[in-house]
Amino acid sequence: MNRALAALAALALLTLPFWLASAYHLHVVIMAGIFTILALSLNVLLGYTGQLSLGHAAFFGIGAYTSSLLALKLEWSFWLGLPAAAVAAGLAGWAIGRLALKLRGAYFVLVTISFAGVISLVSVNWMELTNGPLGLPGVPAPELPGLSFRTKPAYYYLVLLAAAGAYLVCHRLVHSRVGRAFLALRENEALAESVGVDPTRTLVVAAVVSAALAGVAGSLYAHYTRFVSPEVFLFSYTVTMVIMVVAGGKGTLAGPVVGAVLFTVLPEALREAMPWQWQMLAYGVLLVLLVFFLPRGIVPALQAWRR
Amino acid sequence: MNGLVLGGTYALLGIGLTLIFGLMNLVNFAHGEFYTLGAYATFAALALGGLNFFAAVAAAIVVGAVAGALCERVLLRPLRGESIDTTMLVMIGLWIALQNAELLGWGGVAKSIPHPFPTAPIVLGPVGIAPLRLFVVVTALALIAASWLLIQRTRLGCAMRATFQDRETAALMGVRIGRIHTATFAFGSGLAAAAGALLGPIFLAYPSMGDLAALKAFSVVILGGLGNLPGATLGGLLLGIAEELGAGYVSSGYRDAVGFVIIILVLLLRPSGLFARSERIG
Amino acid sequence: MAALAVQDLAVDFGGVAALAGVTFEVRPGTITSLIGPNGAGKTTAFNAITGYLRPRRGRVTFDGRPLTGLRPCDVAGHGVVRTFQKTSVFPALSVRDNVMIGLHLRGRSGLLAILAGRRAVAREEVQLAGDADGIIAFVGLEHRRDAIASALPYGEQRLVEVAVALAARPRLLLLDEPAAGMTGSEKDRLIELVRRVRGQGVTVFLVEHDMRLVMGVSETVIVLNHGRVIAEGPPAAIQAHPDVIRAYLGSARAQA
Repeated sequence: MNRALAALAALALLTLPFWLASAYHLHVVIMAGIFTILALSLNVLLGYTGQLSLGHAAFFGIGAYTSSLLALKLEWSFWLGLPAAAVAAGLAGWAIGRLALKLRGAYFVLVTISFAGVISLVSVNWMELTNGPLGLPGVPAPELPGLSFRTKPAYYYLVLLAAAGAYLVCHRLVHSRVGRAFLALRENEALAESVGVDPTRTLVVAAVVSAALAGVAGSLYAHYTRFVSPEVFLFSYTVTMVIMVVAGGKGTLAGPVVGAVLFTVLPEALREAMPWQWQMLAYGVLLVLLVFFLPRGIVPALQAWRR
Repeated sequence: MNGLVLGGTYALLGIGLTLIFGLMNLVNFAHGEFYTLGAYATFAALALGGLNFFAAVAAAIVVGAVAGALCERVLLRPLRGESIDTTMLVMIGLWIALQNAELLGWGGVAKSIPHPFPTAPIVLGPVGIAPLRLFVVVTALALIAASWLLIQRTRLGCAMRATFQDRETAALMGVRIGRIHTATFAFGSGLAAAAGALLGPIFLAYPSMGDLAALKAFSVVILGGLGNLPGATLGGLLLGIAEELGAGYVSSGYRDAVGFVIIILVLLLRPSGLFARSERIG
Repeated sequence: MAALAVQDLAVDFGGVAALAGVTFEVRPGTITSLIGPNGAGKTTAFNAITGYLRPRRGRVTFDGRPLTGLRPCDVAGHGVVRTFQKTSVFPALSVRDNVMIGLHLRGRSGLLAILAGRRAVAREEVQLAGDADGIIAFVGLEHRRDAIASALPYGEQRLVEVAVALAARPRLLLLDEPAAGMTGSEKDRLIELVRRVRGQGVTVFLVEHDMRLVMGVSETVIVLNHGRVIAEGPPAAIQAHPDVIRAYLGSARAQA
């Protein structure tokens, strides 16, 4: 990408709260940032190793709940809660990763859905821990000595930092031998094995990283809205994530970012014109159309068009 | 007893899905939507078409089958050679679109489907059962039996089994694979619509009713083994009974978890299903 | 140096014995070929040796170390790498990326080091890229280094396969019908490449149908028929061997 353009974009992002001061707009941008992390996380599994996980909301929710519960019940600081959320979600990812070995394709999808379903039901029914459908209010905002992240501009910078970090992690991963192993499994597993790529290890690594990133997003979400409820496990989050990755371009780094921004901003922009059901209907139709006409997503299509 | 009511309908859902999943290698995420369609079609036939109850149910089944055939021709046929991921995404898109279309069309408030049966329970020995539920069980069992007959005794069923076992040979022997696919999908969707038409009067019709139904259907398919008709039947009945027992003894909140847990456990321990002897239809 | 020792290897496919107990040895530093009529069990033997199939009984050792029961990725770790009968590349990736994946076992960077962006990781990447370029040059594909693998003509794709396998630094290279579908001149290039590979100290074990190629390049030829070894020896002896002739004529007659 053009160096000057990149510098301009970076400058815009760094100074954003100064020229986009409305609380509403900042809110949209913050949500876009959180979803960018989510989309990047799903992309690791879906785009790079080629495994479709439809239970990703589970990792998001586990991260949200872990961080919130640690803050509320044990009074842990957010700065400890965030890594803890990543670890908790990563553990769940490890479990799913081990399952993925035996099952691929459709069966893996079903297991991820079921896993998310079970976790969701647990969060609804385990009242002592999660307060059930009522949720847990009062999740504290992160704090540093002398600086509270309660304000939107402050939280924006936090999310920006986290999103940049997530992108960096993915970038480093993809351009490494581990990332190549992911691709190898996706492209031709038998061949990959013949040169020593261990499918077990590789899939587990992918699942753990993917889940941990989603957990980070969850924690950020919980401490932003300062409320967590079983709604984080809603399938619609998973669906949105999938659309973001597929539409943006799975298997690319820029794709999920584009997808996340597009599908956070678009619903908000259309909110006046189109009630939510119409949007979801449009998403469904869009997904079908994408598969038929833009199967690789927006970013690869743009890249091909430029050539 | 309620377990049988649920079980019978779960079996219907499961049979349809196992055929589609097994024969077309397609994860039909929209299966639940045909279930919902069945319920709403019954409602529409009664409220708008003025048909009597039984005709409405029959009409709903037909609507489901036709809708299924249409979907197969328009959406799935062009994607025949694609990977399973692609078809999954299309089915997910269809699922979202259909569900929200229903939300927009019928509104989010659940609709009650009127039925002609008296509410006083019929007493059969030690158990009492509402006449409506009895009707559901009987009809479900009849449809299951009809499905078995179709698969085992008719030429179409034979062609379906052949395609399942060895697609290339079947094609070489003159089986029109495209037609079989359409027929399978239509059949499966029709059964799903039947399940919806039957359970709708009991449970009310609302747009997201298909989601849980679809999950249960998947559990049944996994329990019984892919493409395994008797497995799906038994699996459906088992699931229905297990849910009732679970709700009674554990906690009704976790009732729906039974389906999920089954999926996970079976896939971990016996991926080919509890009843799979060999990979075959029928 | 290492030798591949196969003892009484038997593999079943649904009741049919694809391999009925074969025993043979591949001596280190040689080019050995495995031939036999269609269905004799050659690819099955490859699959069983490299862990893609589990044998019903028998033992496979390489350099004295047992290979039986290992997963394919672990077999590769022991220095035994195979290619596939059907064209097998990583289709959407460039030739260079294909070979880089072949270098998987040569890299040491762990996940944490990668995520932390340590300098050692970057240095290793540069080194691996250099190694990849060297291997690509060795097989003669420098001009195709950045081409997408699936876009290459058939003969060059098969060279990519060999390059990927070589990248894994095998001490024993199993080639499954490497010349299938190649033109005459491509086959000559292949023979020359196989000789150069052996010159690097790699033992080569190949399955082939092209008799001219087999007899021209091998030191030892092993013949399979109906899942059994029916002859073993230098090419000249095999060509004159009555059992071998009968096996091939017999299968020709059956096909007629």
